[in-house]
Amino acid sequence: MSSSDTPKVIPAEEQRPRRFSLGILSDYGIIFASLTVFVILSILAPAFFSIRNMLNVLDQASQVGLVALGATVTIIGGGFDLSTGAIFAFSGAVAAFIARLGYPGLGLAMGILVGLALGLANGGLISALRVNSFVATLASGLTIRGFAFVLTAGLLIQIEDERFAFLGRGRFLQAKISVYFFAGFALLVWFLLSRTTFGRYVYAIGGNDEAARLSGVRVGLVRTMTFAISGLSGGIAGVIGASHIATGQANVGMGIELSAIAAVVIGGTSIMGGVGAVWRTLLGVLLLQLISNGMNIINVPPFYHLIVQGSVIMFAVAMDSIRHRGR
Amino acid sequence: MAPNTHVTIHSVSKRFGGVKALIDIDLAIERGSIHGLVGENGAGKSTLGKIIAGALRPNEGEIVVDGRPVHYVTPHDALAEGITMIHQEIALVPQLTVLENVYLGIESRQAGVIQKRDLRRRFEELIARSHFDMPPGVLVSSLSVSNQKKVEILKAVARNARLIVMDEPTAALPDDETAKLIEVIHSLREAGTTIVYISHFLEEILSLADTVTVLRNGELIRTTPTQEETPESLVLAMLGRSISLTFTPKRFPPPDAPIVFSARDLCREGAIDEIAFDIRAGEIVGLAGLIGSGRSEVARTIFGADRRDAGTVMIDGRPVKVDSPSEAVNAGIAMLPESRKDQGLLMGMSVGHNVSLPHLPIISRGFMVERGRELRETTDLLKELDVRPPQPAIRVDSLSGGNQQKVLFAKWLFRRPRLLIADEPTHGVDVGAKRAIYRLLTSLAEDGIAVLLISSELEEVLGLSHRVLVMRLGRIVAEFVDSPDDHSSLTEDAVMRAAFATK
Repeated sequence: MSSSDTPKVIPAEEQRPRRFSLGILSDYGIIFASLTVFVILSILAPAFFSIRNMLNVLDQASQVGLVALGATVTIIGGGFDLSTGAIFAFSGAVAAFIARLGYPGLGLAMGILVGLALGLANGGLISALRVNSFVATLASGLTIRGFAFVLTAGLLIQIEDERFAFLGRGRFLQAKISVYFFAGFALLVWFLLSRTTFGRYVYAIGGNDEAARLSGVRVGLVRTMTFAISGLSGGIAGVIGASHIATGQANVGMGIELSAIAAVVIGGTSIMGGVGAVWRTLLGVLLLQLISNGMNIINVPPFYHLIVQGSVIMFAVAMDSIRHRGR
Repeated sequence: MAPNTHVTIHSVSKRFGGVKALIDIDLAIERGSIHGLVGENGAGKSTLGKIIAGALRPNEGEIVVDGRPVHYVTPHDALAEGITMIHQEIALVPQLTVLENVYLGIESRQAGVIQKRDLRRRFEELIARSHFDMPPGVLVSSLSVSNQKKVEILKAVARNARLIVMDEPTAALPDDETAKLIEVIHSLREAGTTIVYISHFLEEILSLADTVTVLRNGELIRTTPTQEETPESLVLAMLGRSISLTFTPKRFPPPDAPIVFSARDLCREGAIDEIAFDIRAGEIVGLAGLIGSGRSEVARTIFGADRRDAGTVMIDGRPVKVDSPSEAVNAGIAMLPESRKDQGLLMGMSVGHNVSLPHLPIISRGFMVERGRELRETTDLLKELDVRPPQPAIRVDSLSGGNQQKVLFAKWLFRRPRLLIADEPTHGVDVGAKRAIYRLLTSLAEDGIAVLLISSELEEVLGLSHRVLVMRLGRIVAEFVDSPDDHSSLTEDAVMRAAFATK
């Protein structure tokens, strides 16, 4: 090739003039924010900085964290899943329903599988009908929650069997079983997104689904799988939730999908799709949980929690927008 | 300073981080003239245009408008001086009408209520003043690209712009629409508006501009009256040395080369009809025709990107199932799509991930991507294709257009295809990159790949193809064969006559 085509590497700054420092802050802001909150709480409240409290925080974060991991996959893939709250309730109800028949272990397993199946159905519908996932899962969420009410007849299904409560209350070494599920699922999602062909395809369809299709990516199949993973995360979180309170009921998990999406956004995964990472979501979940845990420890009245959480989310979305503006 | 100078730029420099985009630029722009800016990709044309229009601030130097130094902070400040810019991408609200777009933000209103009748009146005055017609009530989304450009010009005129910077206004336009837009630009000049015109198309600059400035690597090479320049002299100045625009002599495949690709009776309603042709190993077949004649649709149908109503696609004489791009890829068909940014590359992803995307299954163990192998093989390929820099980790949108196009080639050469379809392979790249792409296409054909070349630049189709098929209204209407001993049948004239169906 001739030397005429000298490289013209356009520096990143050209794309976002005068926002360079803000760019770094918004790219890695979640790390600074988590550290800051962590240090402040450690100073303010001696009770905060203990293994016991840390494990407690992880346990409290595990249900929303699981759902957030699922949401990370759908959001990177350019979609939204608003039905995970309903899947959460339905899976828990299914688990309790089967447990009441005398099969607690089978119940918990079936609850998880039902979550996966509902996610597959969501993804299949969205891909086959080519409907907007936001609206489609809003609709399917209503339907699924309706079925949860039908299954429980609107009542609480309380389970006395100790074995049913193991998933939500049991411990291994010092940590709750739920923490292991959270950690295991995080590893799984991390592996899928960053090490497998599937993960690459998720980023590709979220970035530009037409370009992905013209690269030979089977967009419909990949999109379906992202919703299956989201459904699975709702199923696991739902049975943990039901196990924790030893009850199946239809009106749990209301809004958990929104908290999860908030955690994903706070972590710095873009709601535009195509970019993001599991570690971001984990930090986002932890930051939200630390804030609420810390406010409990220093005796801030609970209704202020919402105000603080809302402000944090707004800040995160603003950062995301600033990052996009330059590009 | 001459009394008729509209904008003067004194020793302006602009850096992005450590990279100098403009170095010590001095320039005077005459009032009421069309001032062309040319240069390779990355030479600094757009940066200079943005500085004039207040979209970027210089690090050093001064801008003088009407004899007064100005310090813009935002494009809005520049507009207050009657200076605005029309960017390469269209910035209109597609869901609003022409009228609503033109007066967006500057509506006539009384107590917050928009005075529609008054707007209409203003619009009619505007039309009368700017000498071109445009229906006010039509949705912008229903207009052609050239008409949308006209709406942007109207919008600028409605804001009393006396200097308009136009960045590649015709890049996305077919020839006939370009001609219309150029008329509009002429009438703007007659009305006394100053135009700074940035373009890749040298012929266009030469016919349109009064003065032309050549930039190279951020430096101003020279500013001359246009009549003193020729395409060759401009290229010379842009590149800093002479470069031949001619093509290397073609190497023809042997007449008995095996047929690699065949299409039989391909139909897609409303787009293409009864398309049938073969391509031999080592042969470059050009697909010519006007925009809208069905060229890209043929490519997309072969590749499974568009549904096909009937017809067969064969590789090595055997029918292959190509109902989707993924099946086409597996059958050994590769397609470089028309639009690099929207269809070809994932602009937010790294170079390496873009290159390997269609081929992940072959560099994976189970579902696990073998990342070491991926890195090695993509780096080798980037070096082979002379992508600069050959680093898989950097984001693809940080490369110049020519290098992005080479990344697109790398993406489809990772696994050598049997048939390579290249739709507008040199769109929006500079002269040097064009030459490299021509050489690449030629050498791929010499390796035995069947190549289907689609281009709006007839010169390119004629210079590279061994055979040219001309399309019109979705059908192949003529075939011209070049041969080693007789070049008389494949001529520009013959192809154009077939494309326009004139005798």
